[in-house]
Amino acid sequence: MDLTLTPELAAFRDEVRAFLDAHKAEHEGGAPKDPKGWQRLLIDNGYAARTIPRAYGGFGAEPDGLKARIIAEEFIAAGAPRGMSGQGISMLVPTLLEMGTEEQKRRWIPPTLSGEIIWCQGYSEPGAGSDLANLQTKAVEDGDDFLISGSKIWTSTAAQAQMMFCLVRTEPDKPKHEGISYVLFAMDTPGIEVRPLKTMTGQAEFNEVFFTDVRVPQANVVGGRGRGWQVANTTLKHERGMLGDPNATEARLKSLIELMTTETVDGQRIIDNPIFRDRLMQLQARVLSMKFNGLRTMTDDTAGLARLVVKLQGCELNHQVAALAIDALGELGILYQDGPHLRAKGRWQWNYMFDLGLIIGGGTAQIQKNIISERGLGMPREPKTVEA
Amino acid sequence: MRFALSEDQTMLQDSLNRALGDLSPLERVRRFADEGEAAAPDIWAGLAELGLPGLTIAEEHGGLGLGMLEAALAAEALGRVVAPTPFLGSAVLAPLALKLGGSSAQQARWLPQLAAGKATAGVAISEPVAGARDGAGVTASAGRLNGKALFALDAAGVDLLVVADRAGGLHLAHSAEAAEPMPGIDATRRLTELNFADTPAEALASNQALDRLRDAAWIVLAADTLGAAEAMLAKAVAYAKERRQFGRTIGSFQAVKHLCAEMAAELEPARALVWYAAYAFDHAPDEAPLMAAHAKAHLSEIGRFIARTATEVHGGIGMTDLLGLHYWFKRIGQNRQLLGGPEKVREIAARLQGLAA
Repeated sequence: MDLTLTPELAAFRDEVRAFLDAHKAEHEGGAPKDPKGWQRLLIDNGYAARTIPRAYGGFGAEPDGLKARIIAEEFIAAGAPRGMSGQGISMLVPTLLEMGTEEQKRRWIPPTLSGEIIWCQGYSEPGAGSDLANLQTKAVEDGDDFLISGSKIWTSTAAQAQMMFCLVRTEPDKPKHEGISYVLFAMDTPGIEVRPLKTMTGQAEFNEVFFTDVRVPQANVVGGRGRGWQVANTTLKHERGMLGDPNATEARLKSLIELMTTETVDGQRIIDNPIFRDRLMQLQARVLSMKFNGLRTMTDDTAGLARLVVKLQGCELNHQVAALAIDALGELGILYQDGPHLRAKGRWQWNYMFDLGLIIGGGTAQIQKNIISERGLGMPREPKTVEA
Repeated sequence: MRFALSEDQTMLQDSLNRALGDLSPLERVRRFADEGEAAAPDIWAGLAELGLPGLTIAEEHGGLGLGMLEAALAAEALGRVVAPTPFLGSAVLAPLALKLGGSSAQQARWLPQLAAGKATAGVAISEPVAGARDGAGVTASAGRLNGKALFALDAAGVDLLVVADRAGGLHLAHSAEAAEPMPGIDATRRLTELNFADTPAEALASNQALDRLRDAAWIVLAADTLGAAEAMLAKAVAYAKERRQFGRTIGSFQAVKHLCAEMAAELEPARALVWYAAYAFDHAPDEAPLMAAHAKAHLSEIGRFIARTATEVHGGIGMTDLLGLHYWFKRIGQNRQLLGGPEKVREIAARLQGLAA
């Protein structure tokens, strides 16, 4: 254990601080005035797309978990917006870097990083959730193209996206894991219909997407035909790393403490109520555990199990932080629409509802427990049922 | 920067685990517990060969001069096999009290003895740390102690007592006027009620030594629970892989394996918290009290969860004396209550950051 910053890292921290200070005007209020300009500025300085090679429009730095953490900490401390983080940047780009052809990387990564192209992910289907490999959207050969038919669900940003990375069944006669391909196509291709999927938050954070004979060149397959399951797992690995990020949890706890030390009931601060205070302390211990667990996963070779638990524990913890904020607000915690008494724009209720979706999405809590017990503890798999 | 154990620390862990496997197997623990032994000098002498009694004592006094992280790793190893040793009192708290408040004569008199495992020390700090019950509390004046101290740690048959008075001052005494066992749930470590009646004692210079003793005790108790909980999880997983019902190993049922996953998911991040609290004790003194408090309270909570869940995974056999799982269950239960239960400790955690009056 040596948690002192090397002179190099200390200098790096100063550099990030100086940058955020110098560009205060561009990010004041927590949102960039010019999102694409901010993204460009962050990439040029190595605070976004940091480890993506320069040839593909990134900053080209060596991977360094500690520098990444310093960036995260300083942006949180300054209340500054991070770089763009849609599914294209956080999932497709790493997947292309690992599995794409040179041409695919050059064509798709630069405009994705700059924010020119927004992507959505076509994975889940009504009949293929936790059992993703059961997906039925089919791609039938037609000359040099595929004709895609079927539907996807839980597709975030489908209405804004120009492109989709999508799992389709190209080999219907093969075992379910071997018949899948990973394809890229434009959302304005004829035959695609997007329907917003309104959730309990009152907003449509997701969509359903329907395909009727959507024509996609076979050349748009990533990682080889029939290899889509392996490619998808590469993407999911990146998604799980993003869900349950301890930096985000720490920032949220900071807001909760702020709330509890400023809001009053009958003139008494919420923090002065011993029951709420005790609940806060319980969560703080959990947030600290996940923070140090995160530091450990970056620098300790023996941290395999520590890595496997992050999605399960982190998402649950975020949900609990939101729950305590609502409880602490009492009746004010009910409010959700704009009005004179609304707190934090209704964000805590929104988080409480939306984060339940994150506990379910990206591999449900129950799937995570299967992974932890099987890969982490070496316990046997559930016996397979005979497939129909 | 590196958040990981060093090679030396890993070696320390390995050699302790190996030695404890021989020195403190379940049969030995059972004999200690069932026959009401006051101490297990055979185990302590065996550990002395590895330098454990002097782990935190400076090299000039014959110890290894290691830090709180090493002490936490040792406590974890002891908790893993529920070893009956005076580690907390004799090897951590008494040496710390002498280091912080002892004169050079007091240090020279006691530290080499403690480091060699030739003398053992008990520690009575319950009242000013956890609160006084049943009229307990020690007063000190003119080199004499009066009153009683409950829940004294590792104080049975020892050569030296470190006693905190009500005001938080620390004193060295050779013995109490009377010492009565306080048999609790955990028969692997002894608690004692000490009575003082004009008992001669030497005062230690104060300068907040008691707060440091409290933080050290919280970290060691948390680490002990970490080790005991790890052992319970490992036993539950091993049992679930072996036991068959309905024609399958029960570990293939999600109802069972999810319980094991939940235990692991709670335990693994808690390890990082214990490591950080121990690291902070030596290297980040501003953060140390808060981290020690969180480690103590949090390990108490997840320790309770794992103790009951691991027992449940074993089914009925988990309840039996024959299996012996209850020694771990009770060790975790005792660590939770000692020197402040989680609610008490969290209140202090809040106060330490200005969130409580």
